[in-house]
Amino acid sequence: MSTMKKFMAWVDERYPATQVWEEHLSKYYAPKNFNFWYYFGSLALLVLVMQILTGVWLAMSYKPDATLAFASVEYIMRDVDWGWLIRYMHSTGASAFFIVIYLHMFRGLIYGSYRKPRELLWIIGVIIYLAMMATAFFGYLLPWGQMSFWGAQVIVNLFAAVPFVGEELSVWVRGDYVISDVTLNRFFAFHFLLPFILAALVFVHIVALHKVGSNNPDGIEIKKNKDENGIPRDGIPFHPYYTVKDIVGVVGFLMIFSAILFFAPEMGGYFLEGPNFEPANPLKTPPHIAPVWYFTPFYAMLRAIPPMFGSQFPGVVVMFGAIAVLFVLPWLDRSPVKSIRYKGPLFKIAIAIFVVSFVVLGWLGVQSSTPTKTLLAQIFTALYFAFFFLMPWYSKIDKTKPVPERVTE
Amino acid sequence: MKKLVIAFVMAALPVLAQAAGDGVHLDEAPVNLRDQASLQRGAQLFVNYCLSCHSAQFLRYNRMGEDLGISDEQLKANMMFGTDKVGDTMTIAMPPKAAKVWFGNPPPDLSVIARARGADWLYTYLRTFYVDEAKPFGVNNAVFPDVGMPHVLWELQGMQKAVMHTTTTEDGTSHTAIVGYELVKPGTMAPAEYDAAVGDLVNFLVYMGEPTQLKRQELGVKVLIFLAFFFVLAYLLKKEYWKDIH
Repeated sequence: MSTMKKFMAWVDERYPATQVWEEHLSKYYAPKNFNFWYYFGSLALLVLVMQILTGVWLAMSYKPDATLAFASVEYIMRDVDWGWLIRYMHSTGASAFFIVIYLHMFRGLIYGSYRKPRELLWIIGVIIYLAMMATAFFGYLLPWGQMSFWGAQVIVNLFAAVPFVGEELSVWVRGDYVISDVTLNRFFAFHFLLPFILAALVFVHIVALHKVGSNNPDGIEIKKNKDENGIPRDGIPFHPYYTVKDIVGVVGFLMIFSAILFFAPEMGGYFLEGPNFEPANPLKTPPHIAPVWYFTPFYAMLRAIPPMFGSQFPGVVVMFGAIAVLFVLPWLDRSPVKSIRYKGPLFKIAIAIFVVSFVVLGWLGVQSSTPTKTLLAQIFTALYFAFFFLMPWYSKIDKTKPVPERVTE
Repeated sequence: MKKLVIAFVMAALPVLAQAAGDGVHLDEAPVNLRDQASLQRGAQLFVNYCLSCHSAQFLRYNRMGEDLGISDEQLKANMMFGTDKVGDTMTIAMPPKAAKVWFGNPPPDLSVIARARGADWLYTYLRTFYVDEAKPFGVNNAVFPDVGMPHVLWELQGMQKAVMHTTTTEDGTSHTAIVGYELVKPGTMAPAEYDAAVGDLVNFLVYMGEPTQLKRQELGVKVLIFLAFFFVLAYLLKKEYWKDIH
């Protein structure tokens, strides 16, 4: 036995290192027909790690204090060695994270990755998405610019719309009657804490994935067709095949990411908004308050719902409902097939309308509202929900194609 | 399928295109961060005309000197009036409380103003002050109506009057807009000269908003070249491993 083997034997008696490596990498069999859409899972993990690392380094120079926060960000941008690079990685990373996650979720949607037996995998994913939105919301207050301040003011005020306890609830969340130093401090604490919870949830997500196995563009269960050694005929070991393939995806992603980071870090005011270069001023309301692009579809829904009985609460319910409905998605789809490849025209029309609705709502969310735009927002909000609520009906009557026995190219 | 999506989007477009409010037209600022002479002239204008009411508290004198090719001695002799430490940031002596009384609002710090407002806005703003006797300082501004700031550069530009044009729509609402300017008192600079000077000043403000801009882009080129090379290797590695998978 070589020294290395002896060493591993010693470790394996005390910790299942080899076993974990085999179960999750070298003998984890993934379908061989993954396409472009399957890069976004590993990319999401990459961005999470990058956000945590750059975030910790930013925290070394950032000051969570209402009188110092804005200046400390500029200090990082100008006086800290490579501070500008770390800060831009973090700010561009936040938007990149959402782009990657939205594409990852879209993949699940079109290939039916939420269907039995992957319901829990999907639900854990939705919880991750919620935790991620909370992290982004807390983090956006930290630069303490005008948009940070007023965006947080608008969103925390939503809690005030909750019947009976709303007023007290919003004060409890802020720790003050307006967004203030107290709020900034606690948001910083949560923004530092949540990513680690996020990492733990990602671990649970992967455990769930490796229990049920990966879905694929054909929506076929590869475990149903195994060879004499019990290895799926359409499966290949994740390592080395998908590790080398994901490196290609990572480099491709980094090229686009770097092009934005180094040449357009503000991304035309969408990744870093102009008004956020003005320090927070509680006495000066900006003429137009809009959240960052990744929240705007939900913000548009919030504004689309008119107040009822003098309360904004229905709008808040609809906004959170738009995310809550994702939890029941696995039970809404009654189609006999999983993948869009074998689904009929009804599903294809439905998903096209859904994507258009989401994009249009996102665009509407950055605009100041006019009667026409409010009407548009109402129509597209209805279409967004129709995709889910009508699914039990259209997925059942839709014409499907026969699913092949083995995966296709 | 694709046709359906396209038809759907096309149907929605006219409604979506409606709106997008028409504010005041902004002139394009001649920004060129590689033009060091322009940046130096802009810096000179900035310390002479802006840096007594406005601070630039995130920019250090010697950082500016290093980036713009100005030595410490030149900085001390020509550009520093409130301090003699070249490592200091550009702060001002005016107390914010007094400034609030004098101007209605304390003049904002200008370190990142170009990122908040945009270069074109600043370029237009500094060239569209016009006589308006109703205002405390006798001037108003086209892109920033009722601004509290006097026309600090009037010596250079002179004073101009706005030529107003009122249009009345069919439903009886009238809309007044500025259609041009008329110089009523010439300044020390000809109009084209003044535009060029403001261009230099805005160029400097853009530099000041993010002093690392050029360095960032230079590094970006190197990073992208490296990644392009890495991409080829990664792709070949993947191809090598995957050649037995059918």
